[in-house]
Amino acid sequence: MRQPRRIGAQVLLCALCAVLALGGAAVAVDTTPPLPDPVLQQRYYALTHELRCMQCQSEALADSSVGLAADLRVQVRELLLAGQTDDQIRDHMVARYGEFILFRPRMIWRNAWLWGAPAVLMAIGVVVGWRVLRNRACLADADESRVDDSPDP
Amino acid sequence: MNRFLLPLAGFVLLLAVLLVGLKRAPDKSNLPSPLIGKPVPQFTLPNLFDNTQRVNAETLKGHWSLVNVWGTWCVECRAEHEVLLQIKQEARVPIIGIDWKDQNEDALSWLAQLGNPYERIGTDNDGRVAIDWGVYGAPESFLINPAGTVVYKHIGAMTLQVWQREFLPRVSGALSPGA
Repeated sequence: MRQPRRIGAQVLLCALCAVLALGGAAVAVDTTPPLPDPVLQQRYYALTHELRCMQCQSEALADSSVGLAADLRVQVRELLLAGQTDDQIRDHMVARYGEFILFRPRMIWRNAWLWGAPAVLMAIGVVVGWRVLRNRACLADADESRVDDSPDP
Repeated sequence: MNRFLLPLAGFVLLLAVLLVGLKRAPDKSNLPSPLIGKPVPQFTLPNLFDNTQRVNAETLKGHWSLVNVWGTWCVECRAEHEVLLQIKQEARVPIIGIDWKDQNEDALSWLAQLGNPYERIGTDNDGRVAIDWGVYGAPESFLINPAGTVVYKHIGAMTLQVWQREFLPRVSGALSPGA
């Protein structure tokens, strides 16, 4: 009984792999030639995934088939080859297209509320939660003491 | 009742914050340009009408100009063309074109067919200059003052209303630059 089931699972796994492989082929829109250095290629990959395509705004540069995205990918590649740092390349893009081109807002004072808000909300949540739990514990204590105090029937 | 008051207040506050956020969110098809208030980016392009001539930042100095980024592949550009011709007729602000990712022959036949509102056109065949200008959706129109500073940018087809409401008042000084 065990053997057929295992084969079934293998077939399923193969089918899944095939489907995923096909999907991968369909998504490969980036035809920019790879960079000679794997480290640069890694940085290229990261940058093109954190810069927004301005025309189709919920897509990253890496995933967009729009002409402008292709041009910007080429530019990222060239800037990397020219020896610019990731921050310099981000600044280069922000100087032209504004902060909006960054998917991840920068840690600057103007964005402080954005980065700070989750921590503040978390703190409020912890305080409220702690107080609720404490109140509940008090109530439970009171209940217990009342049960203890009640006279036996 | 008191125990509901605090969560309710919190909810109302959250609602207010989200509503303000929605209202203040920039219109994503018309994002503010970081170039406003800055000198025009350095660029040099061959002039479509005479490729021995250059169109560059110097072309834009000493007078107001309207820099219009367009292409024959761009549908909206055809829609705004009539308005550009009218602005040319007004003869107050010369229009300098940047022909973005286009073929020169296509551009010339387009102009022969529809009329030419441009004083000069820089041919940005590979799209590099457009990137330096922060262009992401043609047509885009920039208003440049005589000092060569970008004063205003409009994304999408130029209309007479936009021209009269946003561009001309800045040229005549009725509207302070960058306001």
